[in-house]
Amino acid sequence: MDQWVAAAGFVAVAIIVPVSMLVGAKLLAVTAKSSSKLKTMTYECGEEPEGGAWLQFHPRYYLVALIFVLFDIEAVFLFPWALAIEELGGLAIVDMLIFVLVLLLGWGYALRKGALKWQ
Amino acid sequence: MTPLMHGFVWGLVIATVLVTIAVLSIWFERKFSARMQSRLGPTLVGPAGILQLVADALKMMQKEDLIPEKADSILFRLAPPFTVLFTLSVAAVIPFSENVLAADLDIGVLFMLAVGGLVVFPVWIAGWSSNNKYALLGAMRAVAQGIAYEIPLVLSAMVPVVLAQSMRFSDIISVQAETHWFVIWPLGPGLIAFVIFFICSLAEANRIPFDIPEAESELVAGVTTEYAGMRFGLLQMAEYLHTLIASAVAAAIFFGGWDGPFAPGLHWMVLKTLALFFTIFWIRWSLVRFRSDQLMALCWKYLLPLSLLLVMVAALFVHYCGVGA
Repeated sequence: MDQWVAAAGFVAVAIIVPVSMLVGAKLLAVTAKSSSKLKTMTYECGEEPEGGAWLQFHPRYYLVALIFVLFDIEAVFLFPWALAIEELGGLAIVDMLIFVLVLLLGWGYALRKGALKWQ
Repeated sequence: MTPLMHGFVWGLVIATVLVTIAVLSIWFERKFSARMQSRLGPTLVGPAGILQLVADALKMMQKEDLIPEKADSILFRLAPPFTVLFTLSVAAVIPFSENVLAADLDIGVLFMLAVGGLVVFPVWIAGWSSNNKYALLGAMRAVAQGIAYEIPLVLSAMVPVVLAQSMRFSDIISVQAETHWFVIWPLGPGLIAFVIFFICSLAEANRIPFDIPEAESELVAGVTTEYAGMRFGLLQMAEYLHTLIASAVAAAIFFGGWDGPFAPGLHWMVLKTLALFFTIFWIRWSLVRFRSDQLMALCWKYLLPLSLLLVMVAALFVHYCGVGA
């Protein structure tokens, strides 16, 4: 528990660092007396922006996210197992091999279907 | 000293040193890249241009804090400090020597992966809240690349965990100090896992050859397009800190951390970290950028099954030879 409290102390420093830099910038920054619309316009190569940027995007990103969730959960299962290999012995390794093989089957399916291809 | 004060004081020391090295490395990188391209780099401000850093930092602080009219102003303001917060927090669990460490968590490696993985959120928020097409595209790419490479990163970091049978950084290093560095022994899995870990760290930090999210020839400056002044500086600093801290982690879990002859442990750890950090610059100025589809193919088709295989090989090694064989 002590170690977690110490980690919290470190995170406090990690908060102070960016905040102090922003405060320093706030103190030093110059602010123009007059503001123009052009200055705060969204950048689009000097042209007036054509519509907003909050658009729909390609579903391939969605596919990547799905496969990511799949394998990330697998990693969650692997971590406790990884720490107990010595205690659990050979059977646990065989079990995990089967689990990984099933996953790799899914991976192969996704590969054949072209889900991992970035067009 | 109470644990909170211990973490806080070491945090101040470690964070100061890390930020200083990250800032100095910008000067070093400019000089180094200039040498590689037969230029001189910064020369005017101070000896060998080293005061250029001070000039740049001051300039950045003096800039007006511009918030684009159409941006989501709250999220736009919040994103940059959070990138630095998450990146820097990872350093809480990294031991720089037996004594120089803020918090020796029993799940250190998991903490490192979890907190480091959070960085994609502020990057995405920065890109989305800018309400700029370049920034949005850059953020989409950064997230897709970040989560794709997260998996081989996690799996390759698991290889030392399996070999040492512990997630505590200090345990992983002591096992290496008693036997061999994991990059050397067991022959094969350790070295390959390190290479995968290193590649994935480059991809997570959006460094060349994986800097597609901020490919300046197509996306202006990617996520940072709309940012100015210190907020831009924070995003930039987070990137350098990320590479530095990733080097430190790799040095700890693959290169035996503070283990080394003749000199105190701290020296070895710093030396190994800086050597890896330098390698990242070296790679950056030697290679060209990957294409998006090549990047994804490399990760999903090769690194993912390979890293899974390595974890199993490491498990078999531990089962038959025992920890610290």
